[in-house]
Amino acid sequence: MSLVAFMFYFFSAVAAFSALTLALVRNVFYGALLLIVCLLALAGIYVLAFAEFIAVTQILIYAGGIVVIIIFGIMLTTRISDRPMAVEHTNVLAGVFVATCIFGLLVYVLTKESFLQPGSPVYDAHFNHVNTIGISLMTSYMFPFEIAGLLLLIALVAACVIASTIKSKRDVSD
Amino acid sequence: MFPIEHFLLLAAFLFSLGLLIIITKRNTIMILLGIELMLNASNLNLVAFNQLQPGSVDGQMFALFVIIVAVSEAAVGLAIVLQVYQYFQTSIPDSVSDLKE
Repeated sequence: MSLVAFMFYFFSAVAAFSALTLALVRNVFYGALLLIVCLLALAGIYVLAFAEFIAVTQILIYAGGIVVIIIFGIMLTTRISDRPMAVEHTNVLAGVFVATCIFGLLVYVLTKESFLQPGSPVYDAHFNHVNTIGISLMTSYMFPFEIAGLLLLIALVAACVIASTIKSKRDVSD
Repeated sequence: MFPIEHFLLLAAFLFSLGLLIIITKRNTIMILLGIELMLNASNLNLVAFNQLQPGSVDGQMFALFVIIVAVSEAAVGLAIVLQVYQYFQTSIPDSVSDLKE
């Protein structure tokens, strides 16, 4: 087994194992940290799938942005001093049943069908993905790019508006 | 290039676990984590299928836009979670049931 293949299966195992632990863990903070591990392993898989730009974006935005926001949310919504931040599980049987059914169905379809077209593609290792992504963002994907910017602006304003009406519960006199 | 079925099997596994987390956890933040996991599983599919088209970055562009939408969803979702927590003093979604009464 070559080094690259070992890295691929290692990252896959790390992602799958951390996601499995995320489903079992009861502490919300541990859950956020496990999600970081899973996202970083997926970024490694993206690099091995020739998607370098997506991998760096994944690390910057997911591991650096979303998880930090989520950790802020955890700290604002759990009374840390009261009790340990334990999450109870509910609907365990139904959840395991539904998830197993979905997974079984997907595995059945994926193993039954062959996705490789006749004439398997020959990969050009010198093809520059980042360059091509930059050019397509400014040419053929111009309109979605602008819409994405507008969506981010709306989400920013909306998050500020929704969260800004929170009143402090602390008494002003003390 | 690795066999694309391995990417797809990993993505299917992550997607099912995300669904399991959404159904079983009694905490709104944990549910948001499950949604992020499912979005990442779909992203993995897009990136994997992009390998079948050498010289094209369409799948990667889709993955990029999925990441952008995920960011917006996380920001607005957490703002709503904070507001609900301030109002109901709980982060258990089952106990937010004013419309039932």
